[in-house]
Amino acid sequence: MNATIAAVRMKGISKAFGGVRALDRVDIEVLRGEVHALLGGNGAGKSTILKILNGIHRPDEGTIDVLGVPLTTHTAEASRAAGIAMNFQEMSLIPTLTVAQNIFLTRESRDRMGLIDDADAERRAAEIFALLEVAVDPKSIVADLGAGQKQLTEIAKAISRDAKVLILDEPSTALAVSDVERLFVFLRKLKSEGVAIIYVSHRMDEIARIADRATILRDGRHVITAPLSELPIDTMIEHIVGKRSKGLSDVERGTAVKGEVLLELHGVSGAHKPDNISLSLHRGEVLGLAGLLGSGRSALARVIAGIEPARAGRISVKGRPVTIRKPSDAIGAGIALVPEARATQGIIPSHSVESNMTLAVIGRLSKAGFVDGKAASDLTDTQIKRLAVKTASRDHAVSTLSGGNQQKVVIGKWLATDPDILVFDEPTAGIDIGSKSEIIRLVRELAASGKGVIMISSELSELLTACDRILVMSDGRVHQDLPRSAFDDSTVPADDTAHRLQAAEQRLQIEIQRALKAKEVPRG
Amino acid sequence: MANAFFANWRQNIIYIGFVVIFVVFAVTLNDKGFLNPNNLLNIVRQTAMIAVMAIAITFVLSAGEIDLSVGAVAGLTTVTVAMAISAGGPFAGVGAGIATGLAVGMFNGWLTTRIGIPSFLTTLAMMGIAKGVAMWISATAAVPILSRNYSWVFGGGNIGPVPVLLIWMVLFGCIGHLVLRRSGFGRRVLATGGGETAARYSGIDTDNIKFKVLVISSCAAAFAGMLYAGRLQSGRFQLGEGDELSVIAAAVLGGTSLFGGKGTVIGTIVGALMIGLINNGLILMGLEFSQQLIARGGIIILAVALSQKRS
Repeated sequence: MNATIAAVRMKGISKAFGGVRALDRVDIEVLRGEVHALLGGNGAGKSTILKILNGIHRPDEGTIDVLGVPLTTHTAEASRAAGIAMNFQEMSLIPTLTVAQNIFLTRESRDRMGLIDDADAERRAAEIFALLEVAVDPKSIVADLGAGQKQLTEIAKAISRDAKVLILDEPSTALAVSDVERLFVFLRKLKSEGVAIIYVSHRMDEIARIADRATILRDGRHVITAPLSELPIDTMIEHIVGKRSKGLSDVERGTAVKGEVLLELHGVSGAHKPDNISLSLHRGEVLGLAGLLGSGRSALARVIAGIEPARAGRISVKGRPVTIRKPSDAIGAGIALVPEARATQGIIPSHSVESNMTLAVIGRLSKAGFVDGKAASDLTDTQIKRLAVKTASRDHAVSTLSGGNQQKVVIGKWLATDPDILVFDEPTAGIDIGSKSEIIRLVRELAASGKGVIMISSELSELLTACDRILVMSDGRVHQDLPRSAFDDSTVPADDTAHRLQAAEQRLQIEIQRALKAKEVPRG
Repeated sequence: MANAFFANWRQNIIYIGFVVIFVVFAVTLNDKGFLNPNNLLNIVRQTAMIAVMAIAITFVLSAGEIDLSVGAVAGLTTVTVAMAISAGGPFAGVGAGIATGLAVGMFNGWLTTRIGIPSFLTTLAMMGIAKGVAMWISATAAVPILSRNYSWVFGGGNIGPVPVLLIWMVLFGCIGHLVLRRSGFGRRVLATGGGETAARYSGIDTDNIKFKVLVISSCAAAFAGMLYAGRLQSGRFQLGEGDELSVIAAAVLGGTSLFGGKGTVIGTIVGALMIGLINNGLILMGLEFSQQLIARGGIIILAVALSQKRS
């Protein structure tokens, strides 16, 4: 074997989606027998380049060599044949089949009669789990497994292909600390057998422990590839964050005039997350929730909005205790949630802009059971104008609108309820940069007009731009409650807004990573 | 522009199809009396029951649910109405009919929303139960209805040349159309079927909506049963048998989505009339029953296939 042949060599890869450049001439080289970390913020292009390697997307330009052989066909089948395997962050398992059936799906073991031999599949699955030194029963139905075991099944599925290149996308999200340790032991074993591993994670401490080298992407461009020994966590964060100048730093933050307490939570817990949350939200304030995937931010939002009611704790609105058991209770209390999954939770795609905008206020718009058509149209037109929604008419299906405008429809629907408290869960996910800063500006305006806003975002620059105060969450709990000013670096001149935002983002990153470690101490 | 026309063309295929079939029958079957006013009114008489049930099932389908029990419930109601009339007169009969619909509908709704059995299974089971009860309480015999007044109001009567059945159909159609298009309830039904999660997040009690549409559907089926009983002056368990297929076909032909979120009462009525039209035309053509079944199936497949939007 020639050790100088890279396991994967991607050169000059570019990819655009409808005019938006997701990747711009990116080079990545992964060697045999190394764990190569792929790092970058949201929208940096990580998942796009992985999808290209996996054959899900075709690159607009550039070449891919796998073990020295050019990969010319860009299909999932071709990538698999070349020896590339990947676990999927969004579970690719079929819940009604057993673990073993899932692992060998489409590659089932056959007996001599040519019939599917489940017993053999179970044996082989058990061997893989024995290698991993984890206890997963190959015979159990996937739907009955916990998140961690599902994740291990995903990984086992990827490993079972005898992959030359194994891509792990956030493999540790759902794993307990002890399982992560076992995964690492196993990855080192694979590594020594010459398998190349591409490891994607937002957890810097994990990267520092397992990876040999790292490649950092930002805004679709390659930033740096270096051995981990040359990349302390601070440097990594610096490269990931980079220089922010994309329209956000010019959003006026102003100073909020804090009013009375609008929303107060005392020891609120959900079924699993959140865990014992206490917080207060004032009139005129934007409160940010920072944390990684699974930190309990969205779960907290769903509790407040009555979608998954609290199991314990007290909630009061404007000083009065309220009972929120279902969404209509929350709406009645003046709370509105702009949910994270816009397509399913926010809009009814096939229905018109008007139907969507009036959905939460049908009762108010009705006289003797019948909807006042003029009032509904007027309300819709007002919101379209106020939010500058780009739509051909109020009667067009929401599915015909762009992501940013769809989000505005959701926001308009909730503004129509005239809420005091608005919860925005990832309001800018999957929308273009122009609409993003519009939405951030809107959040500021809403607060300025006397509402209380809770904002969840994985884009730290947005959180820092929009919020007056930020709670850092991890594992369902609040670890830090910091005013926005705590993130300011006084050594950066105040008029250099782009630079200031960048410095604040680094500090927030460090806080989020710190919260993760805080969670590991009591367990480890 | 061409695209918009194409989308419209597909959306309006039911109306175009209705006119085309009508014209074809009018030309080819003219000598067999197709255009005779009596024949046309007969089509209405035969279609009214299907139409009443189909209007209600439009709400069920729009909410993303289904009701397979309508035909059997109609049959059961003919029996309960006939028995109640012979025991206590026409008003008792009307009361028994409404009670039958309410009881079955609430049971369907309760099983679907509280116990969590999919409506497909709930109403499939109810189809058997309703038919069984009808056979049992009538001892599989026809129960005659001797009240002239009842028969006139529910199915048999005419006001001038206009059959009472037509008036019922139009009345249900108007109410159904207004409620689905213009009422808060109708909006909530469409929202529940169009995106249940988003509807729930918007504060709509989607379980309550599903419960109500299933009750409406059973009550309409019971009303259709009352019409069958009046028209045929008897209660028989076989009445309405197999109607669920015509009813669902009428709604889907009319442009209501089987998957929820999209429904039109006017389309449904035209769909029901079209099925009646096809049945009538095929009979006048002198086709045997077996041939009628095949031709009817073929026409329905064609119409639905044409209305499908390809991605």
